Amino acid sequence: MPSTADIQAGLAEILEEVAGVTPADATPEKSFTEDLDVDSLSMVEIATAVEDKFGVAIPDDELANIKTVGDAMSYIEKNQ
Amino acid sequence: MSTPTADVVVTGLGATTPLGGDVASTWEALLAGRSGVSRLTDDWVKEFPAQLVARLTSEPAETLDRVRTRRLDRSQQVAVVAAEEAWRDAAGADSGVAPERIAVVFGTGIGGALTLLGQDDILEEKGPKRVSPFTIPMLMPNGPAAAVGLAVGARAGVHAPVSACASGAEAIRWGLDLLRLGRADMVVVGGTEACVHPLPMAGFAAMRAMSTRNDEPERASRPFDKGRDGFVLGEGAAALVLERADAAQARGATIYARLAGAAGTSDGYDLVAPHPEGEGAARAIGAAIRDAGLTPADIGHVNAHATSTPLGDTAEATAIRDAIGDHTLVTATKSQTGHLLGAAGALESVFAILALRDQIVPATANLDDLDDNPAVHALDIVRREPRKATFSAALNDSFGFGGHNMALVFTTV
Repeated sequence: MPSTADIQAGLAEILEEVAGVTPADATPEKSFTEDLDVDSLSMVEIATAVEDKFGVAIPDDELANIKTVGDAMSYIEKNQ
Repeated sequence: MSTPTADVVVTGLGATTPLGGDVASTWEALLAGRSGVSRLTDDWVKEFPAQLVARLTSEPAETLDRVRTRRLDRSQQVAVVAAEEAWRDAAGADSGVAPERIAVVFGTGIGGALTLLGQDDILEEKGPKRVSPFTIPMLMPNGPAAAVGLAVGARAGVHAPVSACASGAEAIRWGLDLLRLGRADMVVVGGTEACVHPLPMAGFAAMRAMSTRNDEPERASRPFDKGRDGFVLGEGAAALVLERADAAQARGATIYARLAGAAGTSDGYDLVAPHPEGEGAARAIGAAIRDAGLTPADIGHVNAHATSTPLGDTAEATAIRDAIGDHTLVTATKSQTGHLLGAAGALESVFAILALRDQIVPATANLDDLDDNPAVHALDIVRREPRKATFSAALNDSFGFGGHNMALVFTTV
């Protein structure tokens, strides 16, 4: 089971790869769209990458509720 | 406020091609007679009758940031690279022109084929959930125009003519129309193509349209030569910035040339075969010259479409002879660049403009034995080395599968 720090780091890696987000900026309070400039198509790519990396399924209705990096981290923690 | 005139000028050029990563290096390589053609060494190509391509010298990822590269099909990447060079060259960002008055017209012949085919592989291997959410914007044929529109902040309209190998030239004509009609004050125009992949290669080869001179890559593209056996597929993009002459002069822009006239016709003859006497091509050439307010005698140079196919080159030679005459200096630069399909008309317009600027006509490479066709014999085709000449008007023509004919006339200012 990865630690919260591992999840944050893994998520930061995905965000950098998919959307060019600087890893240090990927902190829990950041909103994907408002703060990190991640558009809706990139969110779909990020969800796919999260599913691969952490082995969690993210249905579309759940994805719609993931607004911040912290939301994503807690979703991954809960569903692993 | 002065009344806008219909006089349209070229104030920026951009290109990334099999001869160089920008306009200057491409032009230098062209005049030096270098070839952009090489033989593919990939495993898949071994069974292919035609194994030659003209690849880019510079990967677009060297210029674009990683995220942008990821989200753009290769045809869009090269379009953006060329358009950004043209935009910088024209100092477009400092022009003071409002985004609502900036338009883009960018054509492609094939569109995002690499994305379509690559994502189809993913679909087959991994299923629909793994298909990229960027698949559609990356494969749509208006994608390059849209990507260029975002890059330059164009809000007056983004348009994407699709007329096979005439697309780049058609984009330039649309740009001229937009400025003449007062629908924009600055237009970034051009064409792009990047479809080096087994399927397009197999498709063109099945049409018997590609050269199979696999053992002599640099000698394979030989327009107007008796031994020509088809075109060589190239990749790349070229872009021009157009604006009204009065506006360009008022802002102190560097003016390369006037885009004095343009015209397009359709053959109404066959889906892919050119009319044997180039009837529609000749009409386009004649109409473009009249549109420019010139006579055939004024056209000192023609950058021909001449793709090195047996039928196309003789039809075009006939059209040039009939519509212009035998005094004009003709060149076929695809002998060195290969055929960039939807980018061809834009790249060859860049060449025609630089030929005007430098008063030199690049040579047609590999033209050893002139075709027996009387029109080919009648023309003054520059070969062996570039020729210095004095001329004030140059014409670029482009033709596309589907019977599309385009002609553009550039003049010195």
